[in-house]
Amino acid sequence: MSIVVCAEQRDGSLRKITFEALSEGKRLAEASGETLKALLIGSGIAGLADELKKYGVDEVAVVDNEALAAYAADSYAAVLGAYIAQENPALVLFGHSAVGKELAPRTAAKVDCGLVSDCIAISFADGDYLFSHPVYAGKAIGKYKVAGPVRMATLRPNVFAVAESEGAGAVVDFAPEITASKVTITGAEMASGDRPELTEADIICSGGRGLGGPEGFALIEGLADALGAAVGSSRAAVDAGWREHAAQVGQTGKVVSPNLYVASGISGAIQHLAGMGSSKYIVGINKDGEANIFNVADYGVEGDLNKVIPALIEKLKELQ
Amino acid sequence: MEFVYSDEERMMLQMSKGFAEKEVKPIAKEVDKEHKYPAENVKKMGELGLMGVSVPVEYEGSGMSNICYAIAIEEISRQCASTGVIMSVNNSLACDPVKIFGTEEQKLKYLADMASGRKLGCLGLTEPNAGSDAANLQTTAVLDGDEWVINGRKIFITNGNEADYCVLIAATDKSQGHRGISAFIVDLDNPGFSVGTLEDKLGIRGSSTAELVFEDCRIPKENLLGEVGKGFKVALTTLDGGRIGIASQALGIARAAIEDATAYAKERVQFGKPIAKLQAIQWMLADLSTHYEAARLLTHRAAYLKDQGQPFGKEAAMAKLMAAETAMKAATQGIQILGGYGYTTDYPLERYFRDAKITEIYEGTSEVMRLVIATNVLK
Amino acid sequence: MKIVACIKQTFDTEAKIVIGGDGQISDEGVNLIVNPYDEFAVEEAIRTKEKDGGEVVVVTVGGDKAQEALRYCLAMGADRAVLINDPALVGADSGAVSVALAKLLSEKEAGFDIIFAGKEAVDYGAAQVPSRLAEKLDLAQANVVTAFELSDGKATATREIDGGSETLELALPALISAQKGLNEVRYPSLPGIMKAKRKPLEVLALADLGLSADDVASKIELVSAELPPARKAGQRLTGEVDEVVAKLVQLLQEEAKVI
Repeated sequence: MSIVVCAEQRDGSLRKITFEALSEGKRLAEASGETLKALLIGSGIAGLADELKKYGVDEVAVVDNEALAAYAADSYAAVLGAYIAQENPALVLFGHSAVGKELAPRTAAKVDCGLVSDCIAISFADGDYLFSHPVYAGKAIGKYKVAGPVRMATLRPNVFAVAESEGAGAVVDFAPEITASKVTITGAEMASGDRPELTEADIICSGGRGLGGPEGFALIEGLADALGAAVGSSRAAVDAGWREHAAQVGQTGKVVSPNLYVASGISGAIQHLAGMGSSKYIVGINKDGEANIFNVADYGVEGDLNKVIPALIEKLKELQ
Repeated sequence: MEFVYSDEERMMLQMSKGFAEKEVKPIAKEVDKEHKYPAENVKKMGELGLMGVSVPVEYEGSGMSNICYAIAIEEISRQCASTGVIMSVNNSLACDPVKIFGTEEQKLKYLADMASGRKLGCLGLTEPNAGSDAANLQTTAVLDGDEWVINGRKIFITNGNEADYCVLIAATDKSQGHRGISAFIVDLDNPGFSVGTLEDKLGIRGSSTAELVFEDCRIPKENLLGEVGKGFKVALTTLDGGRIGIASQALGIARAAIEDATAYAKERVQFGKPIAKLQAIQWMLADLSTHYEAARLLTHRAAYLKDQGQPFGKEAAMAKLMAAETAMKAATQGIQILGGYGYTTDYPLERYFRDAKITEIYEGTSEVMRLVIATNVLK
Repeated sequence: MKIVACIKQTFDTEAKIVIGGDGQISDEGVNLIVNPYDEFAVEEAIRTKEKDGGEVVVVTVGGDKAQEALRYCLAMGADRAVLINDPALVGADSGAVSVALAKLLSEKEAGFDIIFAGKEAVDYGAAQVPSRLAEKLDLAQANVVTAFELSDGKATATREIDGGSETLELALPALISAQKGLNEVRYPSLPGIMKAKRKPLEVLALADLGLSADDVASKIELVSAELPPARKAGQRLTGEVDEVVAKLVQLLQEEAKVI
């Protein structure tokens, strides 16, 4: 049997989460003795198979069809359903990305299997997989088993380490019957600028109520540019209308786990910690020495962010 | 005896708590600091039905119980005692007397206006020389043809600066003492009415406390509320009900202080451990929580009796006395738990402290509450 | 038009999570609310009805207490509610819940034009039921929707994608999963709360739907729950701004090795 990774590409580029999923898939395949396969769906994407081979896949199945040029949950799930019916894998992995969050459960319903969402760890022991999934916004971690034969999981971005490895690397075509989607995409608007996407970013600079107003985010953006970081926001700043909800980190926003999270003017309410508590390093900048952010920050800077951040930007520029 | 919420009460709790946290809390500090009347929120509260909670639906109220009313006032006051008292005065002191003593015409016009939140009400009772001694009124109403002519000054009137209508208590025959007092509904658009001095107060700074000035203010004859000479009863009945509102307001302030102090005690580390681990702090929180629960049971029981149409004056007095003293104690000790931080305006404890004090004074001081209770106990 | 809103009763987001003696998360003394994302769904359902007419039916799978959540939605302005309550569904996984809901919506409550659901529940955060339901009912779906419009029998939705947003057109019937920002959720007015008491709330067991316990057997099993390792306060940097900043950069480079 096999472990299948559903590769995610957008506009002909593979998403970072795909490499993370393949790396984790490889690790699990070695533990369980399964083969590692990848399924690549889209139009004019056959060339991406080479990139997938770097992560130890034994086989890449390519579904290249014009009708699949745009991602849609229903038509993609139909392809996955056909592939799973043929392949009968033990485990199918998706990214817990916007696409994976929708496609995985839709596919799981199609093939009638169990799915654990938003995993931060998967282990294989005693002949079964054990999935760790944070619940209650990270206030607890549930460990799950899934009754087979097919199991599914979505993986939280930025948690699983990427590692290249060797694999047989065969490329095969898969050409199931295509069902047309009931959904038409009529427009897309991508965030401008070259800042990384929040859930994928290695570094995130976030601002909160302590910025004093929407103009305070200019400082955060300056710092983000100096660090090559994404810009996040606390709920307070979003509720005040200083930032769009898409930037919100926390229980009712995005869950992120960057290598470095710089929280400026954020008190560190439990709802915010739920969204960034799994960051590898946290820096807190706050003038209130009692702010809760200092209870979780690896490095706490007690001071006026209007002085600290410009000085920090200056220092970072010196280094470049 | 049952101590569980009905569906209606649970939903009221959920709704008023949600509204208070989302709409009232964010501006509470500003309302206090800037003496800012929270007009937007008062309007929203009208739309939600919070300005006439126990007024029947046919008069555009919400037709809910007094327990529901108590729950809502507590939740609003938990976040902002100023907003709580604005709501309490409109419900208890303006809607209630018209609901109980008003004619059908008065209810359809004035009660519906106030219960729906279209108009704001106040109660014109206190005068410079008639505070707790309500029978010693100097404001007079004299019948002249088809109109009552009102002259005099009322002071310390909550909502006085914004109110559209006033339930006014005035002397129609000074020689008769409290039997010469009558109640009226006054449309404050009338010529002859003006707002006098606005008080600068220790607490509840977002609600106005105004002087009402009547100089040959003429109102229609039919705006008499109840009978001539029965105004003292209108006043006393109204105040009995108002005490449930103020007790609930005090409960909200007490809970705010207890919750904030508890959260702080769990976070604040001294001598290597959170101060919540210290017995001195634990005992304070234990006592305050016990007093709060006791006051809440008294308040809800008074509201229950009122819902059942039974006498509740003694119970309302007990509830207000207990809740007000608990609020004051909770705010005082809450500041103590926060230490120096509690004394600063960075934390809301000092606001709770300033807001709590008035609950021991208005709508009957704690001394008057004890008098009411004693009179009932000794009779 | 028949509009369905799927909801779940969840822990209050401020609830403190306690692991009970049985290794499972304890719900003792926890305040229960309507899942916040589902509130956006209910709100959008009511707004759609207010604009285009029809009825709003709120459905959920849950225990006796879930009636409170349904009443709350009725107080907001929904017309009817259906609770699927069965001992076999206690602790049901997303797959089982969607089996029960799909059966309800394809038979007893068939004939809907649109289904609204929250994009995920704040308790388990699985985000599975809406997509599973869309598949089982063979519906067009739009996930994580921040704007919605209905005209001439066609739905237009804006959904969040990683790094941006997309606008979709969906033929009805369709399923929309709501994200924060879709609308401002109303509070139930007090007259609404009073009216809710008299609105129909139907409670159905699995047998009423023609399902057996086997049909809703969970495929995932919670083996154990544990609290995450607590983060500790690290180093506090104090002093002149220039010194503090220099120290911070040094630590990030040499100790954390993140820049």
